[in-house]
Formats: sequence, structure tokens, C-alpha cells
Amino acid sequence: MTFIDNYPKAAKVAKANFIVAFVALALGGFFGLIQALHRTDIFRGFVNSVQYYTVLTGHGVLLALVFTTFFIAGLFVWGISRSLDREPENIKFTWSWFWIMLAGTVLASVAILGGFVPGSTIKANVLFTFYPPLQAHPIFYIGAVLLVVGSWMAGADWIWSYRKWREDHPDEKIPLQTYMTLFTMLMWYICTVGVALEVIVLIIPWSFGWVATIDPLLARTLFWYFGHAVVYFWLLPAYFVWYTILPKLSGGRLFSDSMARVVFVIFLILSTPVGYHHQYADPGISVGFKFYAMATTLLLLLPSLITLFTVVASMEHGAKQRGGKGYLAWLGKLPWNEPAFAGCALAGIMFAAGGFSGMVNASMNIDLLVHNTIWIPGHFHLTVGTAVALTFMAITYWLLPQLTGKKLKHKTMALLQPYTWFLGMTLMSNAMHREGLIGIPRRTSEPEYSGFDFQAIFGTLGEMKWQIAIGGTILFISLILFLWVVIGTWWKGERADKPVDDYLPPALSGPEHSPKILDNITLWVILAIALCIIAYSFPLYEMIQDGLFWPGSPPRPV
Amino acid sequence: MHVHQFERFWIGLSLFLIAGFIATVIIGFSAYDLKVIGEHQKVDPQNLNDTPFANPGVRKVERMGQTEYEVYVMALQFLFLPGTGDPITVPADTRITFYVTTPDVLHGLQVVGTNINTMVIPGEVSRFTTIFPEPKTYGILCNEYCGAAHHSMEGLIKVVPKSQFDETTLVQ
Repeated sequence: MTFIDNYPKAAKVAKANFIVAFVALALGGFFGLIQALHRTDIFRGFVNSVQYYTVLTGHGVLLALVFTTFFIAGLFVWGISRSLDREPENIKFTWSWFWIMLAGTVLASVAILGGFVPGSTIKANVLFTFYPPLQAHPIFYIGAVLLVVGSWMAGADWIWSYRKWREDHPDEKIPLQTYMTLFTMLMWYICTVGVALEVIVLIIPWSFGWVATIDPLLARTLFWYFGHAVVYFWLLPAYFVWYTILPKLSGGRLFSDSMARVVFVIFLILSTPVGYHHQYADPGISVGFKFYAMATTLLLLLPSLITLFTVVASMEHGAKQRGGKGYLAWLGKLPWNEPAFAGCALAGIMFAAGGFSGMVNASMNIDLLVHNTIWIPGHFHLTVGTAVALTFMAITYWLLPQLTGKKLKHKTMALLQPYTWFLGMTLMSNAMHREGLIGIPRRTSEPEYSGFDFQAIFGTLGEMKWQIAIGGTILFISLILFLWVVIGTWWKGERADKPVDDYLPPALSGPEHSPKILDNITLWVILAIALCIIAYSFPLYEMIQDGLFWPGSPPRPV
Repeated sequence: MHVHQFERFWIGLSLFLIAGFIATVIIGFSAYDLKVIGEHQKVDPQNLNDTPFANPGVRKVERMGQTEYEVYVMALQFLFLPGTGDPITVPADTRITFYVTTPDVLHGLQVVGTNINTMVIPGEVSRFTTIFPEPKTYGILCNEYCGAAHHSMEGLIKVVPKSQFDETTLVQ
């Protein structure tokens, strides 16, 4: 008996979400390959340098918004049903949020792909940050709203399950997976308020021409109110995997249940009031508020460093159960030949590197050296592009058998996949960071200029260019391996009663040791909202006191 | 709640690291004058005619008995005015204050090989001050996606010796 036998309805919903996620991953990943070859001028035959921005928009939206959101929805459906031991409360409601999210995705994708059709008026070459006054077709924005609204309903669905469970279990600590799901979604509600206001109040009326102008700084500030917390919306589900599943895959148990809860509390509180750290180089926002955002951003290192400790300690415990010894020799006893473990562990190593480059971006005045250079995508391909994406792919190797009742097929390819991803990303990302340090910008189809050259500091321009192109190609090959394994397992996998050992052992220091206050959700939500108000009320007031639409920019359709 | 002693030590170390990062930024700010831009002024992006941006370029100002220069730059889809075609020419070893805005969409202004890097946002004026220590030609580029020909948006800053600076190029 495995998940699909115990919770067949939830399994179906989770699988549907995963299918959408993997289709987005396939297309978005292919766009990534085009970019890696085009930017470096290795091959510019797929698209021209204007269509490049259509590709770039598709890459960002399909991977950062669609792949992540659907995968997270599938993962949480699994985690909620499993940890609360119940099917969704009303399966019609559950399917309704899935279809709304899918409808939104289809609308936004149609708008983006319209950019490839010559003469089409339906297009959205605005990149995934869609800064006004660049303007996309209205269906792009409506699609984005539906995706977010669907995710809100998904969160409500999980809260509903939790409340029903609570009726029968009045005195129990919240099961850890449910706890993490709830805190991630509460953070998501708080941060998406910003983008919802931006899109619904400012952009949609303006994109239909009902109002003539938009205040670009106000829209951008609301976007970044959401835009940094969204990265924790991607990251926390990876932490969910690292805390609750990875210890088991290592052969051991979670080191500390309470510390895991502390980490999620800190993320709920601090994730949102940090948005200005994407606006260090912006005029119109005072240095004082930028400083406040920097301090909160750097404080967010704390939960990630605690996670590093707890996850490594849990892995060490696992390795020692498997006969590992010594200070470091135990590392060799970890199951490096298991694809799910290897992927999560390699993702964690990459995340440490991404964390270090993130400390540079976070440091206000140092950030100016790398702001909007290719250093930034170099950084987030380590974090969301590896820590999150590789964890999601790796855990699919463990989840898919539970959701389908079939054994994983092509195990060698599955094992090769995380290692190729790691190799490709090492090549691509180190070169992107170094190119950024010498000022090569991000978000451009042709980073070659007629009036001046870039001066390489470490290495040469040619070597960096080739590392990006080769790294990007290896990443695409890795993606094909992943899809091959998933499709093979799904279609041709061998049925098994228990295709994978899905038992999750309790933590070494369990929930019975965690203080009750950690489960006081209301308290933490109030604190989180208060910190957002401190960070945002005054600057937003300053931006709107001279009129919601002033200084006003008319649309510039692209 | 049980917190292992190694874990306590690790948390202490983490907080120390975080304090160190914040201190680094503050020291850079105060001791090395590494500032970020803040608030300056709002303008109507649809009506820049009444502002100095109607006539962009380099101006000379006297500030506290010192000769300084102000540079008004307009970023447009897909050029810097001045900067593209006609370089921004300024003297070395002199305080230069830049004022940058745009009438159309978001742009970036990055001086390649330096930490001069600002967003240019319709409705806002980006202001920053610098001193170019020596004569040198710097590339400038737009580092925020601004439309179909974004990748072609570039220009030059020409820093000349103080003695060779030609004041007839100034904007009156």
C-alpha cells in the first residue's frame, strides 16, 4: 500500500499538477537552451534578437511562475493528505483551483507565444517582471491573476483540511509537513497582496485603456513587495523536502523538529519586508528604507544557516546509521547512488554557493557593482534554478512511484540526471557570476557593444562564453534525462504494491519538545503583517499622495 | 525546547556573520563614501520641457567656492542623450553630479567597470555624484530591458584632463 492506494483522490490531483509543471519545465528549459546559445553568439539561428525577448519572457514565466507553482501545489497536496491522513475535504473545490490555475497559465502562455507570430497584436514581450509602462496584451495580466487566485484557493483548501483535522485532534502539535505548508501559504497570502494590487488596480484598467497612465515606480514597488517573497515561496517547499524527506533518504531522522518550525516562523515574518533590496539602485525610495530592507534581508541568512546545520546534522545521523564514521568520512556512506538523495544533496551544496553570492547582492552598496548584470541570473540559477528545481526533480523520483503505484524506470538515467545538472550549472553559473563582475548586463540578446569592450578580471571573455553555452547545453540534456525517466515511469513503469519505501520516521527531537508558541499561527501572522506595514506604509503613502496615477506614463506596447 | 550546544554555537556564529555584513555596508557608506541613490525629485514624464532635461548636457556650477559640473542625461528608447553618438565629456578629478530621467520606459544606466549603476524610471530623477580620478573613456550601457532594440542602447563618457576640458561644449 502506498499513497495512491490510501488517498486516490489526492494522488490524482497531485499528478495533474505535476503534469502541468513538467510541460512548463520542458518548454521553459528549451527556451533556456536557446538563450544560452544566442546570448553567447554560439548559435543565433533559433530566433532573431528581438524574438529573444519573447523567449526570455517565456523562460521566466514558465519556469519561475508556472513550473514552481504547479509543482508546489502537487507537493503540498501530497504532504497535507499524508501528514493529516485525510483526502481533500471537497474534491470539486480542489479541482476548481487546479483548473483556474491552468486557465490562467494557458492565457498567459498564449499572450507570450503570440510574440513569435509576425504581426500578432497578442503578445507579451515584457519579461516576467512586466515593469510598466512596457505593456503586454491584457490576457497576459488576466492569466497571471488567475494563476495567483487559483493558488490562493489551493491554500484555502489546505487550511480547510487542517481545521477539520484540528476538530478531531484538539491538543496535538500540528504535523510538521502541514505546519510547513501552512506557513508557506500564509507568507504567500501576505506577499501576493502586493502583486494583486499592482495588477488588478493599476495594470489591468490601464491595459484596457480605461485609465490613461500608470505610476511606474509605484507599480514596480508593489511588484517587489511580492517579488522577493516569491523566491521563498519556491524555496520553502524545497526546505519542506530537505527537512521532512531528505533525512529519511539519508538513512536517518530529522535532527530537530522544533528548529524546523522556528525556521518557518522566521521566513513568514521576514520574507516580505525585504523587497527594496531589488530596488537599491532605484530613485524615489529613501536610503533609510533601503537600509531597513537590507538588515531584514541579511537576517534571513539566519534561518538558512540553521537549515544548513539541521539538514547536515540529519544527514550525518543517517550516514552514521549506515556505518559512517569520523568527522567527514561519514559523507562517503551517504546513498550517493540513489537519485532522489543525490539530487537533494547536490541541490543543497549549490544552495550554499548561491547563498554566498546572495550575500553580495544583499549588501546595498556592494550590490551596485553587480546590479542588473548577469551576476544576478548567475545567482538565482543556483538558488531557484538548482536548490529548488533540482530538489523538485530529485524528489519526483521518490514521489512519482507513490503517486502512480509504479516502480521508477531508467534508474541509471535518473541517477545521472542530478550529476549532469550539477556539472552544467557549475560551468554556467560560475561564468555568469564572473561576467557580471566585469559589467556584462543581464536581459540582453546581444551583450556586444560597438563603442567599448569588457575587461576580463578572472579568466577570459571567450572561456566564460563557452562555459555558459556548454553549461546550458548540459543542463538541457539533464532536463531531457529527467523527462525521459518521468515519462517512462508513468507510461511503462512496472506496477508494485509498495514501489518505494514511503515511511517517514519521526524526528530525533520531536514535536513534543517544541514550545507551544511556535504553533500559534495568529501571533506570527500579526507580527509578519506589522513588519510589512513598518517597511511599506510610509514609502507607499509618499508614492500615492500626489495621485495614484501620477507621475503618469502612457502605455508602450511591446 | 531542546537546542543542542553545537547548534547554539552555530546560531551565535551566524548572527556574528550577519552583524559583520551589516557593518561592512555601514563602513563602506561612511568611511569610503559608497552610497546608494535615494529620493531626489519627481517629474512629469510627459512634460519634461519645463525642466533642464529639455536641454540635456553638461553644466558648470559653483558650489561653496568650488567649480563643479552637473550632467543632465535623458535615457530614451534606445539611446542616451548625451552619451550615444555624442559622448558625455567631463573633466577628471572634479565633482560631477548626474541627473538622469526618461520620458518613456524603465532603463538602466551603468558605467562599465565602475560601481555607477542606477535605474532610470519615468517620473523620477536619479541623482548621484562622483569624481572620475583620471582621464579615461568609459562605456555606458542600458541594463534594464526597455524594448526591442534594448541591446543596442549604449554610449560613452569621456573623462579628459582638467586643463584640456573645453568649456564651449557646456550647455548654458
